[in-house]
Amino acid sequence: MTEQTTPVVIPDEAQPPAERRADRRPRRADRRPRRGGVAAAVGVLGELLITLGVLLGLFVVWQLWWTDVVANRHQEELIADLGWAEITPTPVPTQEPTAEPVDPRRYDAPPVIAEPAVRTTFATLRVPRWGPDYLQAISQGTSRSQVLDELGIGHYEGTAMPGGIGNFAVAAHRVTYGKPFNRIEELQVGDALVVQTEETWYVYRVASTEIVSPRQVEVVAPVPGQPGVAPTAAMMTMTTCHPMYSARERYIVHATFDYWMPTDAGLPPDLDAANGGA
Amino acid sequence: MYGWLWRALPGPRWGRAGILVALAAVVVAVCFTWVFPAIAPLMPFNDTTVD
Repeated sequence: MTEQTTPVVIPDEAQPPAERRADRRPRRADRRPRRGGVAAAVGVLGELLITLGVLLGLFVVWQLWWTDVVANRHQEELIADLGWAEITPTPVPTQEPTAEPVDPRRYDAPPVIAEPAVRTTFATLRVPRWGPDYLQAISQGTSRSQVLDELGIGHYEGTAMPGGIGNFAVAAHRVTYGKPFNRIEELQVGDALVVQTEETWYVYRVASTEIVSPRQVEVVAPVPGQPGVAPTAAMMTMTTCHPMYSARERYIVHATFDYWMPTDAGLPPDLDAANGGA
Repeated sequence: MYGWLWRALPGPRWGRAGILVALAAVVVAVCFTWVFPAIAPLMPFNDTTVD
């Protein structure tokens, strides 16, 4: 078809372009199949690659943002469901008349609960260094799909329970999925790690940090770094990924057990200090 | 590919745009709900345990 076939009457200048376009459309459609097979294939390939790029971008959004949204919501519910984890910061009995305030801290052997079934939430973690609002549940197991991606902090099965002689070892994400251990690099020697079970507070103090390869399982041995040696002290170990957004290495924090308190004796002094006094 | 999709859809221009937006939303929802959680464990980051 050529321009001559259209009935051309040109009363003004606005009409012809519209007419021409209407005329051209079928012609273009006509021509498309005749485009070279290679050109068509490259065109489709280009569109597929653009689509793939958009999907990869979406994956990043999902990983960096959406997993946090979902995990935070879930982990808050988990804390609420425990029933005993949220403390109103006042229950310290003020025994004013006594000459010396009774120190609620106890340094004898603490009560230790038995290991629960996988996915059972049995404790919480508070870290004053990470602010007074930091409160995370600790659940049994370190499987990503079953525990770490959903429930937050996971307890290495077979390692000691809070307060127990041996190594209470836990793992959690440092980025994404609620990122419970996001600020692990801020921890300093002497910082308190406050673990709470239904009946007991257990306070550990950071003793050392190290960066190891993912295969160095001896960091969660009963005596950290010395597999096979019988433990005599209560330790705690946190493991998470390092560097951030990578799984090349692991960031490890070791802590030693300091003292314990029954939960009905009020808040441990370390939390009081973090909350700006009782 | 997308040109073909655009021509294959019925309706006026805004109607087709609406259908495409709805399709995109479905694709995002399917990816967020099933596809991404399935491939995330295969990604070479985010492992936090020693084993």
